[in-house]
Amino acid sequence: MSQHLVSLPIVLPMLGALILLLSGKASDTTQRRVSVLFTGLLLLVTLLLLRQAAAGELTFYALGNWQAPFGIVLMLDRLSALMLVLTAVLATGCIMFACAGDDMRGSYFHGLFQLQLMGLNGAFLTGDIFNLFVFFEITLLASYALLMHGGGKERVAAGLHYVILNVAGSALFLIALGVLYGATGTLNMADMARRVALMSGDQAALVTAGALLLIVVFSLKAALLPLYFWLPRTYSSAPAPVAALFAIMTKLGLYAILRVHNLIFVDSIAETAITNWLWWSGLATILLAAIGVLAARDLRPLVAYLVLVSVGTLLAATALDTPAATSALLYYLPHTTLICGALFLIAELIGQQRGKAGTRLVRARRLYQRHLLGGLFLVAAVGVVGLPPLAGSLAKLLLMQATEGGARIWLWPLLLLAALCALIAMSRAGSVFFWASYKGEVRAGKVNRAQLSGVLWLLACAPLLAAFAGPISHYAQATADQLAAPQMIIEQLLDNESTHELARSHLPPLAGASGDTP
Amino acid sequence: MEALFSIVVGVLTASGIYLLLRGRTFPVIIGLALLGYAVNLFLFSTGGLNTHAAAVIGESLTPTDPLPQALVLTAIVIGFAMTAFVVILAIRARGDLGSDHVDGQQGEEGDIPR
Repeated sequence: MSQHLVSLPIVLPMLGALILLLSGKASDTTQRRVSVLFTGLLLLVTLLLLRQAAAGELTFYALGNWQAPFGIVLMLDRLSALMLVLTAVLATGCIMFACAGDDMRGSYFHGLFQLQLMGLNGAFLTGDIFNLFVFFEITLLASYALLMHGGGKERVAAGLHYVILNVAGSALFLIALGVLYGATGTLNMADMARRVALMSGDQAALVTAGALLLIVVFSLKAALLPLYFWLPRTYSSAPAPVAALFAIMTKLGLYAILRVHNLIFVDSIAETAITNWLWWSGLATILLAAIGVLAARDLRPLVAYLVLVSVGTLLAATALDTPAATSALLYYLPHTTLICGALFLIAELIGQQRGKAGTRLVRARRLYQRHLLGGLFLVAAVGVVGLPPLAGSLAKLLLMQATEGGARIWLWPLLLLAALCALIAMSRAGSVFFWASYKGEVRAGKVNRAQLSGVLWLLACAPLLAAFAGPISHYAQATADQLAAPQMIIEQLLDNESTHELARSHLPPLAGASGDTP
Repeated sequence: MEALFSIVVGVLTASGIYLLLRGRTFPVIIGLALLGYAVNLFLFSTGGLNTHAAAVIGESLTPTDPLPQALVLTAIVIGFAMTAFVVILAIRARGDLGSDHVDGQQGEEGDIPR
């Protein structure tokens, strides 16, 4: 049983999705129960996997027992386990919130939600680069439908951009995979890494082209500078629980960049090009997103721009490419994801008590439950800006310590400036919502118990991450060390004698077939 | 054969990208479809172009690589589903926004009057 545990984060949501999609006629309560049950089980499984990975062992699972590098292999290391747990925790909060009524505004919310989880988990687990593409597509298809959940002009218009951009992105992804497969003759990431390290001349140039194209595609998903313009509109028009779940979607791009950068292209010519590109666009993303935060006239785009600030920070930290920076970014990652998710949910709660004014930053009637919402907003704002008692400040401190030499001149001012912009924007939003109000209340949209539990679940992470900063940063440190030593994965997966021989006889197709063509 | 193949892929990609940058949803969808064809052809060629070579070891002297064929099959299925989805979405957008412009702009020929 325990050897199959690795496949459960994919199998469980798939089973849940099948049950939920096939039982469309079941009552609302039944659907919600099944959905919460499966998400809870997923959380349990991912926690077990985290414990397994924390010990430092790598787990491989050959699907259908087709041995690597020929079959598709699932791979669990510390980074995958961290991402799986993060996804499950975020999803649990979102599903609790959605059960308050957002889920029944359209059809098949829960089924699609489970499908999206399946895609995300699959992408975090797979060790095969084409399989990564397939799981990306599953995630995207589910996200298209979830984004449009409930309908409305705004969502359809934003959805059109999102879908067209991502379909074009998938085409680029396939071209990159084709180039890499043509040059290396394998799709298994570890095997590809081994072959890329031995390349030179024309083949290496092809690999560089493929690598950079892959990074472009992942930057589109992660929303890096020239490719982020879809994000604010998409995230601000999505239904609240979906927008909160989407907070992990940009991190999927980040995960993919970390994975291919640290495993496949670590010693290739492409590496400098990749880090340069990530560094400058990461910094520019921080700057432009900080301006966007100040310029936003509505809480939802404001939060979307805050997501962008965190994306820029994370990718700039990726470009630093030292174990210290990686461990800082891995400590920052769960905090920023969960807090941004919580902020989308809080925006929805604020919007539903302000009548027509919604989440726009204008004077409106007083909020009905202003103490409760004000408290939640305050905690989330302190968390997202990165003020002392919560984990955000620790994470930024770690990150600033990890930058060395010339990098400091660029990263420190930008990081602090972005935090200042976020502070100004959040305090302005807070004072408009909670102080600059007319007399009289809209007696509607009282916060439901399910909504409150969803928000509290996500917000609770901020103090917890600060309280358990020791163990969590140790884990992040260990993860960074593991990422810095990709030979471990390659050796453990591929260096067993029989597969070694087979792999050697399996030449890259372009090298082997070039002379055969009539 | 390689020259012809690469020219075809290049022309398909170029037309696809040109159409993708148009303002109306219909040309954009055709552009996505053309780009998809170009990608499929390209993926198919990544194993090397061989004639009279089955993808089975032992059937011919120089078996061709079967993996790109499997990849193309997957890519075709996914691309097909995506195209179907975008078509439905475009129809929905025209209904909801009253215009088939990708930004939902109004006031051009062929728009539904409000």
